This record gives sequence, structure tokens and C-alpha cells, in this order.
Amino acid sequence: MPLYHDDDQTMLKDSVSEFMKNEAPVSHLREFRDKDCKDGFSHGLWKQFAEMGFTGMLASEEDGGLGMGNVEAGIVLEEVGRNLTPSPFLTTSVAGVTALNEAGKAMRDQWLPGIIAGETVLGLAIDESVKFRPTQIAMKAERSGNGFKLNGRKQFVVQGGSADMLIVAARTGGSAGETDGLTLFAVEKDAAGLSADAARLVDSAMAAHVEFDNVEVTADAVIGEVDQGWSVMTKMLHAGQTGAAAEMVGVGAGAMDMTIGYLKERKQFGQVIGSFQALQHRTAHLYSEMEIARSAVLKAQQLLDEGDKGAPLMVSVAKAKAGRATNLAVREGVQMHGGIGMTDEYDIGFYMKRDRALSEFFGDANYHANLVAEMSGY
Amino acid sequence: MSDLEAFRADTRAWLEENCPPEMREPVRDEDDVYWGGRNASFKNDAQKAWFEACVAKGYTVAEWPKEYGGAGLSPAEGKILKQEMGRIKARPPLSSFGIWMLGPALLDFGTEEQKLKYLNEIARGEIRWCQGYSEPGSGSDLVSLQTFGEDKGDHWVVNGSKIWTSYADKADWIFCLVRTDKSDKYRGITFMLFDMASEGVSTKPILLISGSSPFCETFFDDVKVPKDQFIGEINRGWDVAKYLLGHEREMISNMGGGDGSGSLGKAVKPMLGEDAMGRLDEPMLRAQLAELDVEALAFKAMAERFMDELKARKNHPATPNMMKYVGTELNKRRHELVMAAGGSEALEWESEATGGGAKPRGWLRTKANSIEGGTSEVMLNVISKRILELPDA
Repeated sequence: MPLYHDDDQTMLKDSVSEFMKNEAPVSHLREFRDKDCKDGFSHGLWKQFAEMGFTGMLASEEDGGLGMGNVEAGIVLEEVGRNLTPSPFLTTSVAGVTALNEAGKAMRDQWLPGIIAGETVLGLAIDESVKFRPTQIAMKAERSGNGFKLNGRKQFVVQGGSADMLIVAARTGGSAGETDGLTLFAVEKDAAGLSADAARLVDSAMAAHVEFDNVEVTADAVIGEVDQGWSVMTKMLHAGQTGAAAEMVGVGAGAMDMTIGYLKERKQFGQVIGSFQALQHRTAHLYSEMEIARSAVLKAQQLLDEGDKGAPLMVSVAKAKAGRATNLAVREGVQMHGGIGMTDEYDIGFYMKRDRALSEFFGDANYHANLVAEMSGY
Repeated sequence: MSDLEAFRADTRAWLEENCPPEMREPVRDEDDVYWGGRNASFKNDAQKAWFEACVAKGYTVAEWPKEYGGAGLSPAEGKILKQEMGRIKARPPLSSFGIWMLGPALLDFGTEEQKLKYLNEIARGEIRWCQGYSEPGSGSDLVSLQTFGEDKGDHWVVNGSKIWTSYADKADWIFCLVRTDKSDKYRGITFMLFDMASEGVSTKPILLISGSSPFCETFFDDVKVPKDQFIGEINRGWDVAKYLLGHEREMISNMGGGDGSGSLGKAVKPMLGEDAMGRLDEPMLRAQLAELDVEALAFKAMAERFMDELKARKNHPATPNMMKYVGTELNKRRHELVMAAGGSEALEWESEATGGGAKPRGWLRTKANSIEGGTSEVMLNVISKRILELPDA
């Protein structure tokens, strides 16, 4: 398979790009931020995502979805990133659906139709400390009667306050540091003992600290197998990581294009500042970095979709490289805009904020570079 | 079996029969590489046999047409041959600037007569070529070159000097940019070809920081060049030069992890030791090596995309400049870490145990990567102007 978008994917890209530009441009984010919206995204837009067929892209046709892959989801995410569109697409339709695809039919029937219809939103309850360390999960799920009793705290649960269901990673066995003994649960938002404390993040998204106080779930709430949650979780995380990387490429490309546009307009010393070699070289370097990141992300998406055994390595390469490149794009973006780049009125700052949040989501560049070293044997 | 599968089977069998085991060993010394030419000699019988078998089969230049000494392979067949040679780690039978540089220019710009003569000579390793581009006063600003060919009717008289001429002291012929019209900077250069044995040509090797002398200064003192020895059109040699520079950048861009070299971190772990978790026992270096692997693997994907898009003609024409910039900078970074990981052993310049100082010499050699064939700064200029369309000052 050649490493570029085929004709169908290019058509999809064109239509997604048109949709986002018209329905969810950066002004949409600004409007929501200014309204101090409690959910951090528009339910109306989420419905439109469903009408466009985005919400069920990764669900199988048998389950009412489109049976597409990570390359296609990445096309949507890149445009989401470029337009800084607030939406639950990454958590719900990419990571969440990838996990649910591993669940039994009853659970798929329970949740997928709502997701595909744009009515249901999921949250991922994984992190327990300020950094992403999935093997270190300590939260307990003890057997209780016919099911489990969950106790513990989760944080950085994006859309956790408004989600209809949380995918919760907890320990049914083993101890922190081990991958065995982890189990994934689908926990409904109104479960007794569950409380979510939502807080606004730097990028205006909402993320919750979630407390589980003797939350009881039945055995039917287990996604996959008890104690074997790591394999489902790995699939979910790989889709989420690759998706976050794709969104970051969109954020970086959006920031870069905006900056290049500014360089061609802004005049100082009697000439457009884009004619200064000091800025040209930095911009050309940035462009190169973004192109490399884009290539790494597409390679990871293709390998995941092919089920290639080299996929995990490339997923970490993609998340790390997209993280480094996009971070450069937003830093150069603000700097090259000069004073106006520091103003709230101008959009470039929004790109910097979204990059910061996406960098942390599903593991930052340091986390993934470390995994690359481990997977490479050192 | 498809045609390509049959071709692969045939190629495998042919290689098995014709590539001697010695020619499947890694290249260790300079004379393990056969460059051809009037004064060439083979290091051993295996090198000779492998070279001759390839010449007879057209495999020194497999994708060139048969009448020019190639095997007329299609790109798909050429890729299979490369894969099969890679599989048994076969050395290239012939290395030459004729194959890499002049040949492609001749195929595009040469007359039929020129192609028949020069391409066959290249394919058979009879003539070793060198490239005369840079001058002492014309490096990044190549088009300012001053070497002048005065028109004397049926010949030119060439005076001037070139620098960084790779292996000029060993080459038989030179392809050379010569000014033939002083009034037009871009349209006043002719792409000439002439014999290095001509009267008035002299060369002087330049000792580099790596301790080797792959480059020369080349002097022309009233050198007579017949008026039919040029490619393209008189005064339009810059078109040929630009084409070749693009080609050269593509080749150079393959360095630095895009060439399939594996993880450096993994390679150095046995020497540096590991902690209880099996991690390289030098945490800061490990972090740098991890970042290098991220960059190298990402660049490898970029190189794959670049080649795929090239085949489908989807690239921006200036993309090779970006590949050259990124590939060479990455290669330099890799070699900095080779040195950091090698510690004091990587300082040894001559000892037999270190292959005659392969690490420090290789490290120093990489510093030229981002200078030769267009500096990184020139590449960044090209990216910003041609791809990003940023304005001139």
C-alpha cells in the first residue's frame, strides 16, 4: 500500500475539510469558550458528525457503522485539529469504539447505536496521577456478588462530566506495574457512588476528576475478559494515541499555515517579515518537521489497519514525533506573530493550548520515546 | 506465477550462481569498492568475476536500455533486483559517478551518439568520471562560477579551477560546468565533457579532517576541448546542472536511518551495560538515543512516502531539497551519538581493533553531508521560497 491517501481517502478528506470549515471553524471554539459551556462541546455539532457518518466510522457494518480504519478516522481528526473543533470524537468514536469492538454483542448493542446516532458520549477513566502511566493503575475492582465493586479515583477524564458511560480501567488482580490483572468496565454515569467533578482545561475542553465510592457493576459491564483488560486497553490506547497524533498534525499544520499567512502580510522595516531569512529558515525547518510527523502518523495508521506487528512501535513514534513537531509549530506560531500572538483576540494562542492538552493525552512525547527505546531493546 | 514472480525466481537463481560468497561480505576497505576506469585493478578474482558477470548481464546499470549497456529492466523489476541483492547482501558490482550522475543526465539530455558511446563505457566500467562543479569562489552560489572556455572555432580553450572534485586524481574524464558567455549568469554556462589526460589538467588531493582525501583541487591551464563535447545546448548547461543537483539530493537524502540502519541504542547496549530493568545503563544517553530512534523511524516513513509519491508524481518538485536537509542533519546527529556512546574507544584514530578509527573518521565525514550537494542553509532557502512561497528580500 503506498504511503499516501488513495482516491477514496482524498475524497473523504475534501468533504471533511469542507464540513469543518463551514460548521466548526475556530470561531466555533471561541464562541463555546466565551459561553462557558459546561460540556465543552456542542451536542448539535455532535449530531451533525453523526449525519456525516463520522461517529460510526470505526464500528463494523454489522453493528451499523462504516467499518473504516484508523487512516479514515485520522482524516477527520486532522481537520478537527486544524479547526480546533471541540468534540468527543477522539474519546468516543475512536478510542471508545475501538474498545467496544472487542466487547460482546450485548454490550455493543447497548452502546454503539447511541454513539453512531450522535447521542451518546463516552469518557475514558485511565489516569490516576498527573502523568499517563497505564501499567501503574492501582484502582481496585473487587468481586462482589455477581459483579464487582469499584473504589478509587481517576483524573483527566475528558468529557467525564457529561459522558453517558465511562470506560474504566481497574485492577481485579495483580499489582501496580503489572499488565495482568487489569480489567476494563463500562460504567454508566448515573451509577450509585460515582461522582464527577468537571473542570475546564487550558484548551477549554472539560475534564473530570472522578471518584468511585463502592460503585457496583454487574459482570456484564466487563469489556473483554476479567484480568485480561490489557489487550483490549492496548487496542483502545493505540487507536487513541494514533488519533491524538493525527489531531496534533492538524493543530500543527493549522498553526503553521496561519503563521505563514501572517509572514506574507505583516510589514516591518518597510517589507513583509516573511522576506527575512531569519524567519524563512525557521519556517522551512518547521515545515520539514511537520511533513515528517505527518508521514509517521500515516504509517502508524496504515500499520494499525493492516494489523501489522510493527504497529505498536510506529504508534509511539507517531505520537512522540507529532508531539515534538506540533509543539514547535505552536511555539514558532506565537513567537512569529509577535505581540499580537499573545492576545486573546487572535487565534494562534488557541493552537498552543490545544497542542498542550493533546500532548498529555494518552502519553506525552517523553513517555512514547521511552517506549520506543524499550521496544527497540534498550 | 506472474511475470514478476518468475523474474524474482530467475534473479535469485542467477545471483546464487554468479555472486561469489566474498562479494556478499560487508565492505571493509576502500579497495573493496570497485570503481572501474582505465587504471583500475581488481582486488581479487571474486571481485573480477562478480563485475564481469554483471556487465555481461547488464546489471551494473540494470534499468538502462540494453543498447546502452543495461538490462532494460522495468522499475518494478529493478526494485526486485535490488531487493534480491539486498537479501544476500551482495555488494554493488561497480560504483561510479558515471552511473549515479552523468548517466541520468545523458539519458535525459544526451544525443543518441553520445548515449551509445558514453553510457556503454560507463556500464562496462571502462571510463571513470568525476564531477567539476564547485570552484574556490563559487560554493553555495554555484552559478557565479568563473572557469572559462574561450571559443576557438572548432574547440574551446578552458582556464580556471574546480574544487571538491571527488576522486579527480583517479578519474579518466570529467563532466564540468564551464562559463562560455560572461554576459549571462544563468544562460552562459556549458556542460562540457573532457579527458582528464588532456594537456593542462592537473589535480591536487585535499586532506580532510577525517584523514582521507576523497576530494581534489583541479586546475585547467589552456585545456583544449573539442566543440562536440558538451551535453544539452551550448550556454544552457545550467539546466543540466540543476537536473543533476536534484538527482544528487535525492541520493544523499537516503542517508540517516532512511537507509534501514537499525536502532543505535540497541547496538550500543552490550558495550555500555544495562540496569536491572534491562535498560541501557546511562539514562541521559538513553534518552537521546530514544529521541534519535523516534526521528530515524519517522524519517524512514517520510522517505517511504517520498518515494511512493515520486512514483505517482504527487511530489512538489522541490521536495528533494527537504529530504536532503532532513536526511543529512539526522545523519550528523546519529554520528554525534555514535561518538558519545563509543566514549574513549571512539577516539582511537588508528588502532586495528577500531577498524583504523572507523568511528571518528566516519563521524567527521558526516559533517560534509550538510555542505556537499547544497548546504542545509541553501536547502532551507529553497524550501521557503519554492514550497512555502515566502517572498524575496
